[in-house]
Amino acid sequence: MNTPGTRTIKVDYLTRVEGEGALYVKLKGDQVRDVKLKIFEPPRLFEAFLRGRHFSEVADITARICGICPIAYQMSAVHAVERALGIKIDPAVRMLRRLFYCGEWIESHALHIFMLHTPDFLGYPDAIQMARDHRAVVEQGLRLKKAGNHIVRLMGGREIHPVSAAVGGFYKTPAKSELRELEDELKWALDASVATAKLVAGFEFPDFEQDYIFVSLSHPEEYPFNEGRIVSSRGRDLDVSQYEEYFIEQHVQHSNALHSVLRDGGSYMVGPMARFNLNFEKLPEVAKQVARDCGLNVPCRNPFRSIIVRAVEMVFACHEALRVIGEYEPPASPRVEALPRSSAGQAATEAPRGLLYHRYGLDENGLILSAKIVPPTSQNQKRIEDDLWQFVAQIATRPEDEITWKCEQAIRNYDPCISCATHFLRLHVERE
Amino acid sequence: MNSKSRPKPRIAVFKFASCDGCQLSLLEAEDEILAIAGAVDIAYFPEASRAMGKGPYDIGLVEGSITTHHDAQRIQQVRRQCHTLITIGACATAGGIQALRNWKDVDEFVRVVYATPRYISTLKLSTPIAEHVPVDFELRGCPINKYQLIELITATLSGRKPNISTYSVCQECKRKGSVCIAVAQGVACLGPVTQAGCGALCPSYNRGCYGCYGPMESPNTESLSNQFHILGQHPADITRAFRSFNAWAWQFRKASEETKPS
Repeated sequence: MNTPGTRTIKVDYLTRVEGEGALYVKLKGDQVRDVKLKIFEPPRLFEAFLRGRHFSEVADITARICGICPIAYQMSAVHAVERALGIKIDPAVRMLRRLFYCGEWIESHALHIFMLHTPDFLGYPDAIQMARDHRAVVEQGLRLKKAGNHIVRLMGGREIHPVSAAVGGFYKTPAKSELRELEDELKWALDASVATAKLVAGFEFPDFEQDYIFVSLSHPEEYPFNEGRIVSSRGRDLDVSQYEEYFIEQHVQHSNALHSVLRDGGSYMVGPMARFNLNFEKLPEVAKQVARDCGLNVPCRNPFRSIIVRAVEMVFACHEALRVIGEYEPPASPRVEALPRSSAGQAATEAPRGLLYHRYGLDENGLILSAKIVPPTSQNQKRIEDDLWQFVAQIATRPEDEITWKCEQAIRNYDPCISCATHFLRLHVERE
Repeated sequence: MNSKSRPKPRIAVFKFASCDGCQLSLLEAEDEILAIAGAVDIAYFPEASRAMGKGPYDIGLVEGSITTHHDAQRIQQVRRQCHTLITIGACATAGGIQALRNWKDVDEFVRVVYATPRYISTLKLSTPIAEHVPVDFELRGCPINKYQLIELITATLSGRKPNISTYSVCQECKRKGSVCIAVAQGVACLGPVTQAGCGALCPSYNRGCYGCYGPMESPNTESLSNQFHILGQHPADITRAFRSFNAWAWQFRKASEETKPS
């Protein structure tokens, strides 16, 4: 297939990512001719079969888009429906939803840092092999993950597809004493997250910076989870209801995941680095100090350093969880009643991997007429390809095996969740 | 079965159409994963490792349902490579939530989601693995229970029958000492027809069971449907209740199609 001088680098099945994808890179000499992140995860068609379901079911159904970040789906879903139905939630419920999300961030970031990304930096195929030489590191990662999962399990009954989230609040809210049980382990987790940030900050990072457009939620007082305006590093400041005016989805042949791009053209980045760069001032002092100690400047433009940003966000999430637990007073009622009406509503929340947008149209009986879901990986997909165009050019003279592994690592910078985006990777490098 | 001198049993994890949650259950076993990895050779697990060891494997864990021609062929290869094939979760054992397409026009579904439907290749039905190849054990749940998975792997490797109950959620609820939410609060609950395994979670979170472990051994769905009518549910509500994560499991499928009061 190759013409003389052409090389193709292919990764037929991208590993240590959630879901099924492949990478295809074509080189002529040392020049990059094509990069395709192919997502072949079979489509599951959620937006189609949600039609006709009741609004009370959307949290449970959309959770099944992703087993790694079900809470993100539950949160964007309930907030979108609440916006449609004009529901104001109890401030205590709002606090509990932040705590619930902290659990998922800690669990998901610990999984990615220790099990999926660190093996690239230390040169192991996986965390299990890495544990032979770095057992204490892996054990610390597992314990951190468990600390996050403990929050999720306490609040929602189980780690994957928890059962407590409801439109208007929760089916059941925890007692003060139950939350207090989390405190000791979270204090350990806060210190362990600080240690994690310092550990990963010592890794070797390729010299690679890009001029990104960062997009995230922004809230006047808080590091964002469930609420805020959509802002970008180019000065956009939008209400969530304007999302579809500025961001559009494109269907490209090589991917079962739609590519999101800016309406005025080009790719953008969502996720930890975007949140960190756009919301640094909202971090608690302990997280800011860790970032400074790790040499993270704002803006951070090296995607390989996102592993440090994730650790800083774990510091934040542990700190925030402890704050919520300390201030918690149970709500008068676990949830406010939701009455159906013909309406439409949108919401965006910050999944561990970035902005997650949902929109629902409802009929007078509360049945879903239309649904639109834009996961973080769809939004980052084009940006990942753009990174690879630049990054492959930088490493094109290296041996094939090394290029392949480095490309995989560059993709993992985004912690892509292909199950979500369709919703990962096989790598093909083709050389001319 | 395996003496210490013999090589460690090799385990592989395969994904089809799914959310990744069931295979993630292995990594969610934070206290057990390193011990498991010491006892067996996790030879093929792309979500966790770059090292992709070739078959044959002693145990294949299959997550996800079959929704594409390519996957319908791939499962045949997977079956040939695995001595024991275990399906994990509602997608692999019952087609998953994506089986809701089975009652609809999938081409219309694709048009709703994708701008260029001709780029998309998908089957009309989302089907469980057992409709394609013989399966040695089906582990239920959306998601599966990680302790049941560990028990199943342990039992398989020692050649004994796994201790996994096929009775209903009601029994777990009674043992837990929860007050029956259907009787006391009149909440529609699928507990009586749903297989145990979750630990009767939903009733203890003040809501009815939504059937994520699929039908129990001998579910009386007709009687439960009648009860739902008495509670004031409409046939469409009852259809939706049976049509979720295990919609294509035949007992729930049948119940979802026969929702008039009897």
